[in-house]
Amino acid sequence: MLSPQKEEPAAADEFIEAEQLAPTDLEDAVDNVERVVPAIEFRDVHLSFEDKKILNGISFTVRRGETKVILGRSGGGKSTTIRLILGLLKPDSGQILIDGEDITNYSEVEMMKVRAKIGMVFQEGALFDSLSVYDNVAYRLHEQGIGEEEVEREVRRMLKFVDLEDAIDKMPAELSGGMRRRVGIARALVGDPQIVMFDEPTAGLDPPTARTICELAIKLRDLEDVSSIFVTHEMKNLDYLCSEYAVVDENGDVVFELEGEKLCLINTEIVMLKEGKIIFTGKDEEFYASADEYILKFVRGK
Amino acid sequence: MNPLKKFLFELQEITNLITAALFGLVKSPRYFKETIRQMDSVGVGSLPIVLLTGFFTGGVIILQTFPTFQYYSIQDQVGKSVATSLMRELGPVLTALMVSGRIGSAIAAELGSMVVSQQIDAMRALGTDPHRKLVAPRLLALMLMLPLLTVAADLFGILGGGIVATGIFNYDFNAYITSVRYGISTPDIIGGIIKPIVFGLIIGSIACYKGLSTTGGTVGVGRSTTNSVVLASIVVIIFDFFLSRALNAILDVKYI
Repeated sequence: MLSPQKEEPAAADEFIEAEQLAPTDLEDAVDNVERVVPAIEFRDVHLSFEDKKILNGISFTVRRGETKVILGRSGGGKSTTIRLILGLLKPDSGQILIDGEDITNYSEVEMMKVRAKIGMVFQEGALFDSLSVYDNVAYRLHEQGIGEEEVEREVRRMLKFVDLEDAIDKMPAELSGGMRRRVGIARALVGDPQIVMFDEPTAGLDPPTARTICELAIKLRDLEDVSSIFVTHEMKNLDYLCSEYAVVDENGDVVFELEGEKLCLINTEIVMLKEGKIIFTGKDEEFYASADEYILKFVRGK
Repeated sequence: MNPLKKFLFELQEITNLITAALFGLVKSPRYFKETIRQMDSVGVGSLPIVLLTGFFTGGVIILQTFPTFQYYSIQDQVGKSVATSLMRELGPVLTALMVSGRIGSAIAAELGSMVVSQQIDAMRALGTDPHRKLVAPRLLALMLMLPLLTVAADLFGILGGGIVATGIFNYDFNAYITSVRYGISTPDIIGGIIKPIVFGLIIGSIACYKGLSTTGGTVGVGRSTTNSVVLASIVVIIFDFFLSRALNAILDVKYI
């Protein structure tokens, strides 16, 4: 979702409202009711582990085709948030909605259907050690009993998307850290999920590889209309995701351009967590302009 | 959490795990290939150590008891003593302990590693129930293979006893085998099969539970592995007593 450049960063909210209320969008909304329902919605979610409060009244939404970058210190509840979305954890109170469906009290069997709509990229890739790259990426399809011909076609398509076609027969132990994450992304994208979650996918990677991972997230957002949550504590990732967009040029190649005079990104927002509470939600310009001491420390690193 | 509460909680969790896994066996998807792979690992993989254990246990029983039998001039009972002690007790229990050490630890370590490297979470995120995919095949493999391993251990124990009786005490091998044949009863055989089925369930469920509840990184994996073997071994020995009592009553086992 791209929009013409606005003049003042401070006018972001007004701009979004105006854009949301534009007649064409309203017509679209009538035509496609699904698009106005948030892909993910948290309503006053609380979670504690024994005496420790992990999430303390978290509320936010992720719209269709939007990326929410969740920032915060280690142990601040970032990864817990996406584990809640997958139903790997249950909240103490509050509601979690996926595509408008309240999944808060879903059983494990009911969650299996919800998980089919969600792709998850884990911190270290979480590849199955005993399976080859091919079998890892094909895992979901094999479980669904899909024919081998179709499985192979889909696996090759996904590995091409992450630029790892050559590694198809390798075992996870033979891959570098960055390659493992990219295979993890390919595995998460099988079945074309409309929601993808990234749990610190660039942690411990060198800058070029981290950049590649971010580019994949940008491609998903801008070219595949995927709603995503990107958990990170690396500011460089924030810059990539909030200031660049992907387009297909006249040669059919994907290129990344900086938002600027032509276009401004309105489909990426930052959510800042501090001790289980959201202390900031908004655009990167607002984030960098914030006077909050915690945010300033986070931005400057001191 | 106080110890009693912890015990009850773990008992509840293990019961839930067994229930989920066993229900998983009757619903699709079923993991036949994984079950066969586990049966190979449990059965074929454990066969050498189980045979060795059985053989030398049978041998040492004869070594320690033959002089006493000889003193009372009841050498013709020596084969019976080996066969009944192996089939009723030592075969099932020793095989279970050996398998607990070899397979129980491997299961706990494998599942524990999968937990700490988020592979279990990834499996759930990809729409697979780990109880069906991982626990059910392991439980089934242990419950099917442990009785077979026990029978093999019993046979090698009887053979080991015979070799020691013949080789060291110059006792006639045919007389030994005759004593074994007359010593074994149908309840002994049935009991000797039922026990390892229960032990397989105990070892598998404890190992899977300990593995899947691993916390604390690689140190936690080591802790889960050790706890799994220790707990399974103790529970097998405790259950053996109550199971023996129950089977003796149900199968009307004759003590003489």
